[in-house]
Amino acid sequence: MSNGVHIEQISFFGLAKQNMRKLSMFIMLGLILIVFAFLTGGVNLTPRNITNIFIQNSYILILAVGMVLVIIIGNIDLSVGSVVAFSGAISAMLYNTGMGLVPTLLLSLVIGGLIGCFQAFWIAYMRIPAFIVTLAGMLLFRGLTYIITNVSPISLRDDGFKQIASGSLNIKGFSIGGLDGLSLLIMVVVILLLVWFTLQQRRRKIRNGFTVLAFRFDVYKIVALSALVMFVFTRFAAYRGIPTVVLVLFLVTALFVFITNNTVLGRYIYAVGGNAKSAKLSGINAEQVTFITHVIMGVICGLSGLVFTAYMNSALPQAGDKFELDAIASCFIGGAAASGGIGTIIGAITGGLVMGAINNGMSLMNIGADWQYVVKASILLLAVFYDIWSRKKSGLG
Amino acid sequence: MSEQYILEVNNLTKDFPGVRALDNVDFKVRNGEIHCLVGENGAGKSTLMNVVSGVYPKGSYEGHVVFKGKETHYRSTKDSELDGLAIIHQELTLSPYLSIYENLFLGHMETKFGIINWDKCLKDSYPLLKRVGLNERPQTIVSKMSVGKQQLVEIARAISQKAELLIFDEPTSSLNDEESQKLLDLMREFRKEGITCVMISHKLDEVLSVADSITILRDGQSIVSFDLRDRKVTEQEIIKEMVGRELKNLFPQKEPDIGEVVFEVKDWNVYHPDYHTMKIIDNASFHVKKGEIVSFCGPMGAGRTEMMMSIFGKSYGYGATGEIFLKGRKVSFKNPKDAIEKGVGYVSEDRKSLGLILIQDVKTNITNSSLRRLARHGIIDKDLEVRKAEQYKETLQIKTPSLQQLVRNLSGGNQQKVVLSRCLLADPDIFIVDEPTRGIDVGAKFEIYSILNDMVKEGKSVIVVSSELAEAISMSDRIYVMNEGKIKGVLNRDEATQERIMHMALID
Repeated sequence: MSNGVHIEQISFFGLAKQNMRKLSMFIMLGLILIVFAFLTGGVNLTPRNITNIFIQNSYILILAVGMVLVIIIGNIDLSVGSVVAFSGAISAMLYNTGMGLVPTLLLSLVIGGLIGCFQAFWIAYMRIPAFIVTLAGMLLFRGLTYIITNVSPISLRDDGFKQIASGSLNIKGFSIGGLDGLSLLIMVVVILLLVWFTLQQRRRKIRNGFTVLAFRFDVYKIVALSALVMFVFTRFAAYRGIPTVVLVLFLVTALFVFITNNTVLGRYIYAVGGNAKSAKLSGINAEQVTFITHVIMGVICGLSGLVFTAYMNSALPQAGDKFELDAIASCFIGGAAASGGIGTIIGAITGGLVMGAINNGMSLMNIGADWQYVVKASILLLAVFYDIWSRKKSGLG
Repeated sequence: MSEQYILEVNNLTKDFPGVRALDNVDFKVRNGEIHCLVGENGAGKSTLMNVVSGVYPKGSYEGHVVFKGKETHYRSTKDSELDGLAIIHQELTLSPYLSIYENLFLGHMETKFGIINWDKCLKDSYPLLKRVGLNERPQTIVSKMSVGKQQLVEIARAISQKAELLIFDEPTSSLNDEESQKLLDLMREFRKEGITCVMISHKLDEVLSVADSITILRDGQSIVSFDLRDRKVTEQEIIKEMVGRELKNLFPQKEPDIGEVVFEVKDWNVYHPDYHTMKIIDNASFHVKKGEIVSFCGPMGAGRTEMMMSIFGKSYGYGATGEIFLKGRKVSFKNPKDAIEKGVGYVSEDRKSLGLILIQDVKTNITNSSLRRLARHGIIDKDLEVRKAEQYKETLQIKTPSLQQLVRNLSGGNQQKVVLSRCLLADPDIFIVDEPTRGIDVGAKFEIYSILNDMVKEGKSVIVVSSELAEAISMSDRIYVMNEGKIKGVLNRDEATQERIMHMALID
């Protein structure tokens, strides 16, 4: 196949300009962190705080991964907050019967999946708009949560559950220069994987006779990403090690990045979202794909419910309130299109982190929830405006 | 001189990107007559009427439109309506969930301080309905009535605005015989009252029964006008003028190598998806042989696309019945996926909304139908995918800077090749292509014909739905002629002429 290497001739700024749309949300996240570093005197970048941003937003970020799939397919899910509360309450009750952690986890996922099946059935096969089905689901599962919890919190029988959310991965006594050794070890592995993947991708492109960018751009990319990884992991290492929930989040993200990029299912989701009629005539079972997507969202709600219960160390009847809105906002800040067909997992995670960084920074400055809402609203509106404007400008929309 | 004509169109030229839809057209309508406008599909009839009624505003065309002795300056149809010129479109434009009288006065209700006087509207609606002969309560919801009755509401709406010129764009195409006769009678009534009517139609018997004058358009040019007061015209004469273009060598040579019957459809019936009693396809039967190109011809609305889509995994219509045989075995297609898996491919006539996913790139669009075969355990072999896409890009000569280019940025011809690639990659035995050359330039057309020829050379069979008769005659081994949901007949390659096809569709 190989017939010489085609190198695309482009300058650094030309490339940056071309990819401005993709990069814009990372730049936004960086800017927000820097602005708050100034405003809080650097408190927001301390190891403890960086760890907290991840822990406090983990359940939203997990939800955003599912939500972006639903948005790509052209739907919306308003029920996730209530489903989080419901599955969280059930997982707490199961755990309190003396069940082990792993069976509880699996059962929560199954319950989330069953709820997903129920809603997906109405959406995909009965053709009721997802907005309406999940609006009903939002009321239904909130009501059921109140019924099974008697509108009072359920405390957990021991602290074992809590480890999922606030526990950390570390090895006692294994430390390098006062930093947790395991975190540093994992950091090195992650960076090596990054280098390997980038080179692999480049080799594949060359093998297929695609034009590739000059090698230095791959080096820049590796350096930038490594710096980011090093920054985050050294923060973890300097505090208590890698939070367990970050591992969970990483696994979920990696799984769905793979699904969206490399599997038939992922491509079907984009195809149905891009043009459902055309997808159907191309031989894609659009109903089935819609069904599966909403079931995935349900399973993810089950996981998020478990993480949130662990985080609060009890199941609250009011749990998950407005989670759906945060998850939806994360997706749109992360570049998903409301009309479907466009969006990425990484974008949704970045969007969720933008929201999380704002909440966190403003809390550190002792600014109340009232102003946090105002600022988050402005960011959402501006981010989506920029997205639509730049898409129009580049002839994509 | 010009008092005699209510509408005069002089030297009208209208361009669309890449196509000249109207070329120096002259069109004159006398006061109080019924003037019929006929021509093949794509001859420019609807475009001409859209210019006249202001759908295309002044400035988007060259030439002069003179209505009631004054040159028009319409910016939209609203202006032309106010001026007394109303158009009844092929697709009805009523608001389906409102009642008759609400629709009648929509947009020009009687108001006092911004408050609608519904009582007056209701009262005013009775004489209007009586005038068009519609026996329905004005409170009836429009969507509950037949298409024919909805059309009468549109006409009533037009005359309530004191229209002096009514334009009907294929008014009887979705009506049954009785409804059509009533509509023609209504036009005769209007003539007595001094309202001028222009009718676009494919049905020559209807044209000859009502027309005072006939103008024929062909390829965007006004060919001839007949004044029926001077002399009678026959259907043959009209057809000859409609098709009378010379055939150039626009088609690749083809040596037929035809085998046994591989695909057969028997007694196919389909009903309208919304109006379940309205028959769209009426007892159609046809067959296709191995290595054969078979065309389906007929005027717009003949039911060709509807039939193909209903066969292709029930993608159109309601309550389809009939039998399908593939290589001698009886089969049924649950959905398009099922049809593709059993070896039937379909390329839609509407490539932008039904064929492609415009926001995705070329590669993805090519492979969307075949991902399962390019994957193992649900994980796509991306290298293989790229190689396959590349292979089709080369064979079909898709002109694109790269496979990552979004399809929306390609030209029509290249978009069509992307859709063809997608279907070819799924490896069908029976390949249904619906208007494969619509809206693409001559060079790309030739390439598409060559692709279809290559397919039959490999022993596949191709079904072409085509509105271009010259194309159908030069490309196909056999031609089925359809009209009004029925297959009216079949012609072999050597016996097919444009006149015979038209004759079969419109007269027999």
